[in-house]
Amino acid sequence: MHISPVLWQFLVKWLHASALFPAEASTIAPYADALYLFLMAITVIGLVLVGALVFGFSIRYRKARSPVATQVEGSTLLEATWTIIPLALFMVAWIWGALLYFRIYNPPTNAMNIYVVGKQWMWKAEHEGGQHEINALHVPTGRTVQLTMISQDVFHSFSIPDFRIKREVIPGRYSTVWFEATTPGTYHIFCTQYCGTNHSAMIGEVTVLSPEDYEKWTQESTSGTSLAQNGERLFASMGCNACHSGSAAARGPNLAGVYGSKLRLTSGSEVLVNDAYLRDSILNPSQHITAGYAPIMPTYQGQVSEDGLIDLVQYIKNMQSNYRVQQTLTTSESNQAAPTTPGVVKP
Amino acid sequence: MSATSHTILNIPDQRTATLPKRTYLNNEDGLLSWLLTGDHKRIAILYLISITFFFFIGGAFAGLIRLELLTPQPDLVSSDTYNKFFSMHGIIMVFLFLVPSVPATLGNFLIPIMVGAKDLAFPKVNLLSWYLYWIGGLFTLAALVLGGVDTGWTFTTPLSTHYLNTHVVTAATGVFIIGFSSIFTGLNFIVTIHRMRAPGMTWFRMPLFCWSNYAASILMVLGTPVLAITLVLVALERTMGIGVFDPTKGGDPLLFQHLFWFYSHPAVYIMILPGMGVISEVISTFSRKRVFGYTAVAFSSVAIALFGFFVWEHHMFIMGVSNYSALVFSLLTMLVAVPSAIKIFNWAFTLQQGSITFETPMLYAFGFLGLFTIGGMTGVFLGALGMDIHLTETYFIVAHFHFVMVGGMLMAFLAGVHFWWPKMTGRMYPESLSKLAAVTTFIGFNLTFLPQFILGYLGMPRRYHAYPPEFQVLNVLSTAGATVLGVGYMLPLLYLGWSLKYGAIAGNNPWQATGLEWQIQSPPLTENFIEVPIVDHEAYDYEWLAQKTEQEVTTVG
Repeated sequence: MHISPVLWQFLVKWLHASALFPAEASTIAPYADALYLFLMAITVIGLVLVGALVFGFSIRYRKARSPVATQVEGSTLLEATWTIIPLALFMVAWIWGALLYFRIYNPPTNAMNIYVVGKQWMWKAEHEGGQHEINALHVPTGRTVQLTMISQDVFHSFSIPDFRIKREVIPGRYSTVWFEATTPGTYHIFCTQYCGTNHSAMIGEVTVLSPEDYEKWTQESTSGTSLAQNGERLFASMGCNACHSGSAAARGPNLAGVYGSKLRLTSGSEVLVNDAYLRDSILNPSQHITAGYAPIMPTYQGQVSEDGLIDLVQYIKNMQSNYRVQQTLTTSESNQAAPTTPGVVKP
Repeated sequence: MSATSHTILNIPDQRTATLPKRTYLNNEDGLLSWLLTGDHKRIAILYLISITFFFFIGGAFAGLIRLELLTPQPDLVSSDTYNKFFSMHGIIMVFLFLVPSVPATLGNFLIPIMVGAKDLAFPKVNLLSWYLYWIGGLFTLAALVLGGVDTGWTFTTPLSTHYLNTHVVTAATGVFIIGFSSIFTGLNFIVTIHRMRAPGMTWFRMPLFCWSNYAASILMVLGTPVLAITLVLVALERTMGIGVFDPTKGGDPLLFQHLFWFYSHPAVYIMILPGMGVISEVISTFSRKRVFGYTAVAFSSVAIALFGFFVWEHHMFIMGVSNYSALVFSLLTMLVAVPSAIKIFNWAFTLQQGSITFETPMLYAFGFLGLFTIGGMTGVFLGALGMDIHLTETYFIVAHFHFVMVGGMLMAFLAGVHFWWPKMTGRMYPESLSKLAAVTTFIGFNLTFLPQFILGYLGMPRRYHAYPPEFQVLNVLSTAGATVLGVGYMLPLLYLGWSLKYGAIAGNNPWQATGLEWQIQSPPLTENFIEVPIVDHEAYDYEWLAQKTEQEVTTVG
């Protein structure tokens, strides 16, 4: 950005005061606004140019002043001019836009993760520490936050205009977006993809807190169990540990430390184990058989809600050893009264 | 006519003028002679009446939408009803008005005459296309009367397949059938332009209107089948649960987006290209000059048609497509913007050294130039990847495509209707009233849609029934503008109807234009030409016209 910071501040302040410009509340916002102003400038210049040509020629060559037209074939030089100059400007817009896009959609590695589940017609945010929010999201300033989002039904789209971020929330697959909030305050969350009757009521508020306030909020609003703990309970109650016990003779592969590793499948392909892979191998296990194992795992499609899947993923993600898995297993075997939940399990 | 006159209008002396005795309008009488006609001109009139009917239905829904958005609260109708309003507005305006607008009316009427043919290549297929249009239209109306449909015009899955219990299949069937009407029109134009040009009418002697309709026809023929297949899949998924798009059955919901936009992006060019053809004709005629850079304008139409097929993913930049494929599609989107820029500058330079007059069609064409420039440039905003993230699915995109479709296409359509009205009906429209309508439309349009750009950047999502109160002022402006716009569109309906009986008799060539259509009587004979025209001059050759007129005067005199 070559605009002087003072001028930039003035411009932004003035625009905000006029209520014609959204607040700049994330680190992305100034980058987006700079591109916006550039595009606005070339639009205005283009429009003024076309306007000047049309009005100028209309006055100069109106019938009263120019009773007879002079026929002109065209001009290769002019054609080249108005091909190359717009093309060059559009190429600048292309590269600038791409840089911004990669900045918004490539999350930094150390981002704090929050899961978001969209469903008709609400947003549910789940923090790893076990804070659950409906149509609300609390985040601290100065920390990069990554949202891992999924829809339980139709397409939704998660948008925070004051952060200049937005991403489609898709049924059956995780999508992510990240931001770093800069200014404490509350900002709109909108669902921007038409999703049925109460589409326009699928709104919420993101509350940006200072790091201290955020700390206080996390302590006060935790449900008591983290997502991973919920996941552990689900893992045991669905009997996952019967096969994924980590012992050498187990029928299912060892899950401890599997997250982030490269896995070879029976199909011969190699995959990186991430959230999406874990989720998918619970729902469509036959497509993801780890090399050396038999395709015996049944599908859990329709048996676990997206929230439950998030818990399970979060649990497996953080599983460092099989100690507790085996312990739960021995407990349940030694004690026949241990609870098993048949059918649909919802946390 | 004196040289200092402010108009090129040259109509016969009204005291002695009469309409030609025999024309395509009075050649045969009775309702059946219209409903069973093979005459491209009569079919064009049938289409003109039909699309006007649907335009005003679609427009009524637009009015209701703007009325609801006058206040932030959802107070006029229920959310379901509001959703049905914008769905019907979109479906009717896109499929029943914009896609057939210029090609099926002006194109149908003019393309055979412009290339010097008696009719289109397949007159019966042409009539069939009008019937298909109506069958599709009736399905759409049935969906409306039976209780409406609330998918939006995009039929997005899995919402449309699993979550709505409105008349999705009925509406989809309607759109499916209308698709065939558009394929048949395209097919007819392609064959006619290839095979039926008069002797001497080479490709580069054709009016640019033919070029742009030819390019649009290619899009119709190649693109529409993809839409048809997509809608069939939606219907099958909805009724039988085949699971192509349903992720729980292993389907891919993004596949629908790819298929739908593979048609619906080219569809945008189906809608705008014929309008660009109208603008070329009008600007040339009222500045008495050959279109500047004829070949550049002709080829830019074809370039738009080709590139138009390879940019569909720009509707999906935020949908989790690969970042690198987004990069490629963004580049292609930037490239498709260039031919439009070329056209704009060529039209502007057509005015240079001309002898310009400002009749109604020219005013609409000027409106087109301004509004289409804004529409096109805001397309670059949306094509720039990072900017699209913030702007897509907001009112910015609503404003953008209304600038292109309404500011561009509808302005061009009205320019064309006024320009060729004397040819189609034999009578002039009232000039000062129509100028008023053109100006009203322009002002109303800007007042309606400029505030929506600001709303979009502020983040107001599209298809919202209720909105945060801080957006109200801009929404009120927009609604006020829509009222003015409504008046602007009602006026032509009234005075054009009036002119059918009371308009001045136009004569063969009121605008002293060069196209073949202006060298025959107005309204034309059923067979268009008494003898096959032999073309020995290029399009927009005003010197040839001057010589011809001079000869006629000496022969008659």
